[in-house]
Amino acid sequence: MKVLKIIAIILLLTFVGIQFIPTTRNQSDIVLSTDLMETYNVPEQVEVIFKTSCYDCHSNNTIYPWYNKIQPVSLIMESHIKEAKAELNFNEFGSYSERKQKSKFKSILSQVKDGEMPLASYTLMHREAKLSENEKKALENWINKMLESL
Amino acid sequence: MKKFKIAMGMVAIALTLLTVMSCKDTKKSDEHMEMDQNEMNHDGDENMDMDQNGMQNDEMMNRDQKTSKATAVLNSYLELKNALVADNTEVAATAGKTLLADLAKFDQSSIAGAQKQEVIDIIEDAREHAEHISENSGKLDHQREHFELLSNDVKDLIAITGTDRVLYKTFCPMYNEGKGGIWLSETKEIKNPYFGSKMMKCGEIQEEIK
Repeated sequence: MKVLKIIAIILLLTFVGIQFIPTTRNQSDIVLSTDLMETYNVPEQVEVIFKTSCYDCHSNNTIYPWYNKIQPVSLIMESHIKEAKAELNFNEFGSYSERKQKSKFKSILSQVKDGEMPLASYTLMHREAKLSENEKKALENWINKMLESL
Repeated sequence: MKKFKIAMGMVAIALTLLTVMSCKDTKKSDEHMEMDQNEMNHDGDENMDMDQNGMQNDEMMNRDQKTSKATAVLNSYLELKNALVADNTEVAATAGKTLLADLAKFDQSSIAGAQKQEVIDIIEDAREHAEHISENSGKLDHQREHFELLSNDVKDLIAITGTDRVLYKTFCPMYNEGKGGIWLSETKEIKNPYFGSKMMKCGEIQEEIK
């Protein structure tokens, strides 16, 4: 019992200790002219899908859940968002070359179709971000239309 | 006793969180190890390829200087294509890595005017696809998706730089749910990189690029 107690105290101290690791938050209220919504005429339904299911990680502004303040959650999220934005940032979509936009559209299509995106670990806590078949269809239709016009 | 219970509860939370984190780390280092191994296995073939192409290259030099620009890119692209034909996801990942390095080294200084921006765009796009292919060993479908986009990039690139060898632009009408996809091949014989052994002969030559 004594050993257990010591282990418990050590773990507790570690947990408290990592709370002091600082992380930068991904927040900005500037609407860039290169934003996907500014670049193209996006139907409202599709805009809502992008904003609720994609923008938290793939833009410069994340709406954080309360538990983000707890480590190591913040650290994990920070690295996820950094990676996601490097891959695709909807705020900067308009600055991408036509070729890159095409590639990104095609990748979005297949990632959504295969259920790879939005990430399961994200929709687990954000039920509203999960895409219904209807939403998938709407997204797919719009992107296909964009691909034809590009 | 109640206090102890609370403490244990917190420990449980801490443990879970720590496990989540350490899981992530282990996965990463595993991937690295896999990659290193691939690299080792592969060094041999790569050198052989290089020698062959070195010879080809010398012949080409006299004919047209710009043709040598895309040589390294074409070598690794075709290596990647053949790995996908063989359904070999690991070799495809290694070839993707080589291609990524070759694209980074691509010299675009002598390309002038309007074509310059296009080449810059092509290289940037192709690098992303090569990167995805190199990082997704084990996900053949995902690698093939990026290979399709990459094939378009390489096709457009050699339309500007020229090619040092005869290539066949081949079209598979069945890929991508009937939308079809093209690839570049060094042989007339059809060997499909999108379906591999499942549909090796699917495809038709659309164009001979010289």
